[in-house]
Amino acid sequence: MAEDPHKPAVRPLSPFLTVYRWPITMATSIIHRATGVGLAGGLLVLTWWLVAAANGPESYDFFVGLAATALGQLVLFGFAWALAYHLVNGIRHLAWDLGYGFAVKTADRTGILVFVLSLLLAAGIFAAAWSGLGGYYQ
Amino acid sequence: MSLETPLHKAQGLGASHSGVGHFWRQRVTAVVLIPLSIWFAISLLGLYGAGEAAVLIFLANPLNAVLMGAFLVISLYHMTLGMQEVILDYVPHPGFKFFLMLCNWGFAFALAAAGVISLLIIIPRS
Repeated sequence: MAEDPHKPAVRPLSPFLTVYRWPITMATSIIHRATGVGLAGGLLVLTWWLVAAANGPESYDFFVGLAATALGQLVLFGFAWALAYHLVNGIRHLAWDLGYGFAVKTADRTGILVFVLSLLLAAGIFAAAWSGLGGYYQ
Repeated sequence: MSLETPLHKAQGLGASHSGVGHFWRQRVTAVVLIPLSIWFAISLLGLYGAGEAAVLIFLANPLNAVLMGAFLVISLYHMTLGMQEVILDYVPHPGFKFFLMLCNWGFAFALAAAGVISLLIIIPRS
């Protein structure tokens, strides 16, 4: 009896994320992807901001009103951290592309550095904004 | 010994039939986005708490408008390359995969058009 060519054969699957313990390099890798997908939402909000600015005061005030709420600030902090993480870890990836930093110890260390640096960058931007260091384009 | 035909070797497209195009575009856009992201962060911090008028004046500046447009469009291009990878990795169903690929590019083109046209509306008004 011939196999049905339209039905994919049942083949063994390679194990997925859930079966592994989480070395730091694996965490940085999957979080790079997750922040990348999340930043697609960030681009949506950025475009929303530009459209609101072009659309007039009502649209713009509505956007700023939402952004100023606690939830809005939390979401914006999430985008800031995601961008910082994707930027810093992206530079780590570009170094790998050039052949640098592949030793396990080095990759672990730069991985921790990416977490620390991205959190510092995002927290730094928000600390600067809330303490009045921002707004220099008034 | 290589089993590649001379034509296949000369085309240099490998087993994927698309060569290193995707990889290379992703890296080039990544490198360009490093300075643009830093400019973007500095700009948004500078606009924190600024009123609508200040934001419009900032965006109407030709240099700022070009950089904002470039940041948005290059980010969207970089996004489609990355999202394509994610879709191909995680979505096995061919039809759904095709649908998501169309959504990926549709999302990017729609936002690029909306963002750039918004900038073009803002520039002459301010």
